[in-house]
Order: sequence, then structure tokens, then C-alpha cells
Amino acid sequence: MADVLVCIKRVPDVAGEVLLTPDAQAVDARYVGFTVSAHENCAVELAERIATATGGTATVLTLGPEAAVEQLRAALAVGCAAAVHIDADPVGYGPVDVVREIAAVVETHAAEGRTHDLILLGNDAADTGDFQVGVRLAYALGRPVVNGVRTIEVDGGVATARGDGPDGVETFAVPLPAVATVLEGGVEPRYPSVVGRMKAKKIPIETVAPRHEPRGPGRVRLTLPPAQPSTVEVLGSGPDAAPSVVDLLQRMGVTR
Amino acid sequence: MASTDARSAGSARAVPATARVVVIGAGIVGNCLVHHLARLGWRDILQIDKGPLPNPGGSTGHASNFIFPVDHSREITDLTLDSMRQYKELGVFTESGGYEVARTEERMEELRRRMSSARAWGIPAELVTPDHVVERVPFLDKDEILGAFWTPSVGVVDSLRAGTLMRESAQALGALTVVSTVEVLGMDVERGRIRRVRTTGGDIEAETVVIACGVWSPKLARMAGAAIPLTPAVHQMISVGPIPQLAERPGEISFPIIRDMDTFCYERQHGADMEVGSYAHRPILWDPEDIPSIDQARLSPTETPFTADDFDPQLEQALELMPDALGADGAEIRYAINGLLSLTPDGAPILGETPEVKGLWSAAAVWIKEGPGVGRAVAEWMTHGYSEIDLHHSDIARFYPHQRTRPHVRSRTSEAFNKTYGIVHPGEQWDGERGKRLAPMHAAQRAAGAEFFETVGWERPMWYASNEALLGEYGDAVMPREHEWDSRWWSPIINAEHLAMRDRAGIVDLSAFAIFDVVGPAAEQAVQGIVVAQAAVAEGRVIYTPVLDANGGFRSDLTVMRLAHDRYRVVTGGLHGMADLKWFADHLPAGAAIVDQTSAFTTIGLWGPKARDILGRLTDADISHTGFPFLTCRGITLGSVAVLASRISYVGELGWELYVPMEQGARVWELLHEAGRPDGAVPVGIGVYGTTGRLEKGYRAFGFELDGERTIVEAGMARPKVKEADFVGREAYLAQRAADPRTVLCTLTVDDHRSASGRNRYMLGGEPILTRDGGALTDGHGHHPYVTSAGSAPSLGKHVLMAYLPPDQAVIGNRLAVSYMEELYPVTVGSADATPLFDPANERIRG
Repeated sequence: MADVLVCIKRVPDVAGEVLLTPDAQAVDARYVGFTVSAHENCAVELAERIATATGGTATVLTLGPEAAVEQLRAALAVGCAAAVHIDADPVGYGPVDVVREIAAVVETHAAEGRTHDLILLGNDAADTGDFQVGVRLAYALGRPVVNGVRTIEVDGGVATARGDGPDGVETFAVPLPAVATVLEGGVEPRYPSVVGRMKAKKIPIETVAPRHEPRGPGRVRLTLPPAQPSTVEVLGSGPDAAPSVVDLLQRMGVTR
Repeated sequence: MASTDARSAGSARAVPATARVVVIGAGIVGNCLVHHLARLGWRDILQIDKGPLPNPGGSTGHASNFIFPVDHSREITDLTLDSMRQYKELGVFTESGGYEVARTEERMEELRRRMSSARAWGIPAELVTPDHVVERVPFLDKDEILGAFWTPSVGVVDSLRAGTLMRESAQALGALTVVSTVEVLGMDVERGRIRRVRTTGGDIEAETVVIACGVWSPKLARMAGAAIPLTPAVHQMISVGPIPQLAERPGEISFPIIRDMDTFCYERQHGADMEVGSYAHRPILWDPEDIPSIDQARLSPTETPFTADDFDPQLEQALELMPDALGADGAEIRYAINGLLSLTPDGAPILGETPEVKGLWSAAAVWIKEGPGVGRAVAEWMTHGYSEIDLHHSDIARFYPHQRTRPHVRSRTSEAFNKTYGIVHPGEQWDGERGKRLAPMHAAQRAAGAEFFETVGWERPMWYASNEALLGEYGDAVMPREHEWDSRWWSPIINAEHLAMRDRAGIVDLSAFAIFDVVGPAAEQAVQGIVVAQAAVAEGRVIYTPVLDANGGFRSDLTVMRLAHDRYRVVTGGLHGMADLKWFADHLPAGAAIVDQTSAFTTIGLWGPKARDILGRLTDADISHTGFPFLTCRGITLGSVAVLASRISYVGELGWELYVPMEQGARVWELLHEAGRPDGAVPVGIGVYGTTGRLEKGYRAFGFELDGERTIVEAGMARPKVKEADFVGREAYLAQRAADPRTVLCTLTVDDHRSASGRNRYMLGGEPILTRDGGALTDGHGHHPYVTSAGSAPSLGKHVLMAYLPPDQAVIGNRLAVSYMEELYPVTVGSADATPLFDPANERIRG
């Protein structure tokens, strides 16, 4: 009966060229729309699996603008049962600010008799790459933390987390309550089903106002790296190109 | 085959320095066009695209690729049927069959109307029960539907493969060079002609350039100072799978496609997945300038981020219809896009040479189902000056300046988007972008309770509430209609106005006419070379004449007044006026020029037995029959207003068209009403001018009875002699006269209106004409007769239809039937040539 809280962040769904907003404080999503990072998609998938395996629940949380409800609904559509929306413009929030707001929600829920046994986050934010919230959150809540896990399971009061270490796969047994940050690749996140999507639409979202004025990220601006010249290599044309395509797909690990 | 495809995306590719023709765009349209140009003998064709091949990232790349052939428009249906034939020849067509399902009785009625179109265009189709549907689509919940329209010939195509094959065939002829990943930077126009296309791969000198760039077309056209008034618009689509019921069967498609008409959605199998597409969400329009580049886009530039909230209601409705398939275990939404496609203000494609720039052509706003047909037709047009399939509804020259503006395009396309699967009445009026062109007498018309209908921006009174009192005067002679559909966008006041005009006099606002002058020392030579009728006439003569293309098909029918030795004034319908203007401008010899007068003059018609008495009260001019004969024109004064009066009639009555300086139109309107009061003259709407008066007189209208696929002989408009002077289409016309017609335009009357429900029904146009017992008829072109125009003939007490019939059926007294909403009504041929049913000797016009 594990109660899992999974934290996500609405970020631009960048695939090709990255654009910045005019004030250089955020990535411009005009052409690409929004999503959550691949790490967080895996965290949501893990949260759902733990909830199902233990007969518990998975709750999704975000700090973001009103539009971030879109990302909460997407997580609800793939198995989360509840959602918390801290309604705030994330641009003004540094990792410390974000941690303070998440911790406040966790503590409020605990005071209401609902302890989130396990808190999952993505390994790092896709847009700002801070790598801080997981560790800081664990510290703020006085919990153990494992970073960069690929898989995580819960049995009784213990979470078993696995991730890549310098010498191979590392396995950690962590007593609950705990915090873990997830790296993509351990599980295949599912797409929503039609029924799931419709169910998600009907779940009420707990909206909370931020508790504190943000102190800010201390960021001056984002800058883009110099454009890389395109390095397209033409493998050939027509049927003659087939062997080199097969070879490439094998090298990429798409086929074996 | 040696490929000229992308080798190094992103780096500048060299393009040839010159080409006979540059086709910009390698989507379905550009690809089909280069094939047909090559087939018709064009060489040195250069095709460029900013994206890589075979999918450069436009709308073709994400199209759902299915084809339902039946449309209410003959032009679109013919293009679709021709496209299906071409796709089949290429081996990229898979027939699946398709259902358009109805959830409401109102939709069932619309499907019955769809049957009319299917029969008229000769496409096998039938109305079927829910059981018929679930027999082929077992995962559909039959309790959700009342019935369906089944078209067995529906299918899906591989449009990318088709495009590749089209290009390859042109390359095999040595006619085509394709350069991908070069982007157009600009276009140079010199003295009104396209000269050069500037690209990231270098400049290309060319006399002819075609913009086939789909959603980007407006941006490209603007580079040359031209307008292609379309907008990119979102069409949402998701793909759900794997669905076990679909996965069991091999191949891309083995179940019929479902169009869930009442929810504006479709469900189309694609392998193990079901694609659900929607036209139900709010209109989401893009600006062509805002479409991302290939590098900036996440998928492709025209697959924009999915907005899930907009789609959720459709998801629910789709699940209702197919709970077992879309709700199957493991079936996930694997792909979801806001795909961009092109919408136009009137829904028709945008084809032809731009009126702004000679040599610059548009082939845009074309869907997959029409691509190959459009490619062929536009190639023919570019080669011969005409196409086998008439394209006048799609002619880019049709737009007036206000229709080319972004606000107009946005308003009309927003309004039309949710009608993509809608039930649209043939008379339906737009809500938005109204009041754009107002006649000078508009205030007076408003005061008279005018019911305004819009034509090319003009607000035209269809009838006047102030004439309601006439209903009591004429009683049942106004032929009231009992059924809501038949009487929607209609009023019996139209018929009352008609009768009042025939009894007394009517005053008609004709401000929507397009008017232009042909001037200069070569004016006579110019007009003579363009129109069929003799144009070398005395000053003051009025000519009514067809205008033909080189193939002898109708380009227009219009009136020409000779005002001076070096000036003719052309008056033509507003709907097609701008295309007529371009046609004249394109065929001028040196020494002649065109002056557009459309906004300079309003036209007021005065007709009826009392017309001469009324006009006589306002003028001292001799307007007697001998003093002002039929088909003559001259300047007269009405009080202090100088007008040009023309003795002509489109309603079959004595009277005049008065051409009045726009700023004096209100004054003349008032003068005519004052002068007409003693005789009981009434304002008469376009309902009479365009329909009842015209049909009683058997007058043909361009776009209904007349178009590029019709001939003077078939339309029964041949005169005893053909003038000696050469004119466009003369040779073809002489050949037509020497041959037996393959179809004959007839006027028919409906003998009995009683439907099975006991209510009288009145056809509105587009219905098939069948034998008395419902058998199909086929004319010498292989076409099936359908009603080109329908309307009341109040002076005859009949409902009148026009239709082209097989020559052996074109016999006065021949008893046939018309099918309306899937019921047969008896009709009789009343005229098998241009002889009017009302006043056949035309005595009234002489007065």
C-alpha cells in the first residue's frame, strides 16, 4: 500500500533547433509544445507500477502555470490517481524555492494523515538542468535519497532501487519514507489509452498557492550554444543503400 | 534511377540558372503537376522544395489519405473521380468502402440528399441500415446510429508513393529536374511578368512559375506581390493502437472507413491502429509566416503540437461509437497531432494564373482526394488555355480585393471549419464578414425590410418585407412551401414580387454587377476577337453574347454595350466578374486596354408592363419602342441625373437597366420609387431576378447551365449564323455546330409535388433526372442528367427545373422523373431549346 508522489515539470518539447524567449529566461515552445522530460515520464511509469504492485496510490505534483494542468492530466491518463498543482510561474523559482513548496505540500498531506512514502523526481530538469531538487528535497524532509535510479520497487517498508554505477549496476535498499530521482531507460513509459484519457479528465486537481515568495534561481539568462553545422551523411540511394542502412541501425542498437 | 534528392540537408544546393517552368513544392499537387506537364510535352521543368524527399514536411506527409468521392460540388467530384482513376493506375489505391453514419434524423435527410448527388454524378452508393454497417464493421455500436450512406468505392491511397512515381515518370521523359532542400528567398517581377525565382541554391530565370506550396503558398505569393488567400488551419488527428480486431487482419486497411458525420469525426483503420480525425474542435488558424522551419519543428513543420483539451470531447464520442475497438486492452494513443491543412474563404481550391502577375500560377488548397485531378487540369490549362474538367469555381481570378485580405480569410474559414461535415443548405448565408460592399441605396433597402443575401461581398436584397402585403393580394399563386428545408433561405414574398413585376413593375438593385470598359483604338478588334456575337456594331447597340475558350466551352456569358468607336462597356455577373475581367485583359491586342468600372456605377433595373410609363415621368427622352429599341443603349437624364440606359431584360419584361454613378444611386432609386408609386411599382429582390424571372424565360446562367464543359449548341443558344471575324473558340464552335449535340439543355416542369408523407416538396437544384420509373439516363458525354437550376415559375403556377438531357429524351412532352430526398416526382419536358415557357414569343419585352 505504498503512497507514491511523483513530481514533474512542464517543459518545451524540444527536438531540433532550440529557441529562447525574448527575455532569455526560458525556452520558447511556440513550435514544439510542452511535455515533461523522459526521466519524469519514467518516474510516472515507475510510480504507477509501484502503486499497482502494492495496492497503493500514485499522486502527481507539479509547480507551474495554469497550463501545466495539461501535464498533470497526461500523468493521470497513464495511471496516477490524484494530482497537485502548485500554481506559480516557475521562471521565478530556483531549486530552493521549488523544494520549499513541494516540502510544504508533503508536510500538509502528512498532517492530514496522508504520508507520501516515496517521492520520485526526474534526475534533472529538462529545461534548466539544475540537478538539485531531489537532493535538496530529501534534505528538507530529512529523508534518505538515491539519485539516478533506473528502476525502483517497494516491498514492505523498503524501496529497492537500481541504477548504473561506475562498476556496474548498483542496488540500494532504502527505508521508507524516501526520495529517489529517476534516470530514463529503466522502464518503457506507456501512452495513454482512450479510456485513461477520459478518466483523467474527470479527476479533480488539488490546486495550492505557493507558500513563500520565491528568492529566484539567480539565473541571469539562458544562452544557446553555437549552431552546429549539419552533418548529414548520405548512405546511398535505392536498393543498394539497404546494407548500409541495416548496418547503421545495428550500430545504433535499433536492431540486432 | 539516379537521384537528385537531398545529399546534404541544410547546405545550399545549386539550382539550374534557367528553366522553362519552375514548380515550387513537392507535395501531392506539385508532383502530379510536373508529371502532367511532362506528359503534355513540357520540357526543362524544374521542381524545387525546401524539404527533403519524398516527404518534404507539408500537409501531404501527414494526410489521412482516404477518399470519399461524393461531394455536392460537381467540380470537386469530377476532380476526385479523376484522381481516383490516376491513383489506381499508379497502383497506390486500396478500396475499403466507406460509411457516412447518421446519429440523427436530420442527418438521415442529409444522407438522402447525398444520394441525389451520388446519382447525379453516377457514383454507386446506397442508404443502408445499422446492420449493414456492423456486418462490415463489427466493432461499431449499432445502437448509436440510425443508418448510413454506403459508398463501396471509397478507398485509401499512398500519396507519398504516388508523388514519387509522378516525379519519376517526368524524370524518365527527361523533362524534369528535382532539387530538394532549397528554399525560395524571393521572386522578381518585371513589367507585370514573373522573371526570376531567387533561392538558397541560386537564382533561376523562368517565364512560368507555379506555387504548389500548400499552407506556405500565401507567403510565396506575397514575394511576387500576388495573393493566394488561404490559411493554414489545424485538423486534429490521433492514432490509437494496437487494436486486436484490426491487428488480426493483414494489410493497411481491411475495414471500411467510418465518417461519424454528426460528431464531425472519422475513424480510419491504419494497420493495427485506428486513426480518429476531427473537424469538431474550435477553428485553430495559423499564419503562414508562423509555421516553423524543418529544424525548429518537433515532427514536421505541419505537424504542430497536439492540444489535447480540444480533442477530448471527440474522444468520448468516438469511444461511444466504437467502444470495443478504441477501448480495447492495450490500445494506446500512440500519435496525436494538430496537423495543418489549407482552407479557403469559399472552400474551393485556388488554381490558375494569378491576376496580379503574368506567368505566376497557383495550384494550392488542394486535398489528397483532388491532387492528381488538379495536377492534370492545371497542366492542361497551362498548356491549352482550358482544361477538360471545368475549374471556374477554383479559379484564383474569382477573388475581389476584400476577399484576398487576411481578416476575410480568417473569418470565413473559421465559420466554415465546423461545417466540413456539416449539413449546409444550398442557400445558406455567412454570418461573418457581412456588410462589406453596400449599394448606394442600402439605407432605403434596409428601411424596406430587405432580407440581404451576400454575393462577393455585396449585400443584395433577396426580397423585401415591405412587400409582405402582396401575399394577401396573390394568395396561393405565390406557391407557398410546406417543408422547412425547401423554404429555408426562401420566402413566398419572392414569388409575390415576381407577380407584381409582371402585373405592374419592379425596381431591382443590380449593384453587384462587375463592369469594365474596353477602350482604345483597337477596342473593336479586341471585343470582336473575344466574344461570339458580332461586335462590329453601331454605337449604342447592346450585345448579349457567350464568351468561349479555345475548346469552345463557355468562359462566360455577358452583355456588351458599344458606347463609342473606341469604347465598349462589358457588364457581367458579380460572381464571375473578376475572372471575366482577367480573361478580357489576357486577350487584348495592342491598342486596347481595360478599365474596371465596377465601383464607379450602380445598376438599377426597371421592368414590367408599366416600366415605360414610370420612366417617362422622369425623363424627356424618347423612350418609345421605336425611339429606344430593344438591345440599344444611350445616355438619358432623370431630372438632374445623367444615366446610361440600356433596353435589355433578364426577366422577360419591358424595361431598362440604368447605369448610375455610384454616388447618385440612392437618388435614382428614390426617383424611380416616387415615379412608380402611381402604378404600384415595388422593389424586387434578386430572388426574382436570379431565379423566378429567369427560369420562366429559360435564361441560362453561367455557373449553373453554362461552364467550360458546355457548348453553345448543347445549351440551345446557337444563332443562325456565325460571324466571319475570328474569335476565341470559333473553330471549335464551328465543329460543334456541324455535329449532333450529345446533350441538350431542357426546361422541365414538376407535375406533382406530393411526397409519401403527404407534404408537397420543392426541389432546390442538383437533383438527378431519371426515367418516370426511376431508371438512370446517360447523355452522349457519359454524364447523368441533374437539375442545374430549380425555382418557382409563379406566372405559370409551376415549379421549373433545368437540366441537360440525352438528345433522345429532349422532346417536349417527354415524361420523366426527378429524385428528391430519395422519392420520385413526375416531371415533363416543357422546352427542349431556349424557347421560354412564359411568353414564348417574347412579346412582353417589346412592350
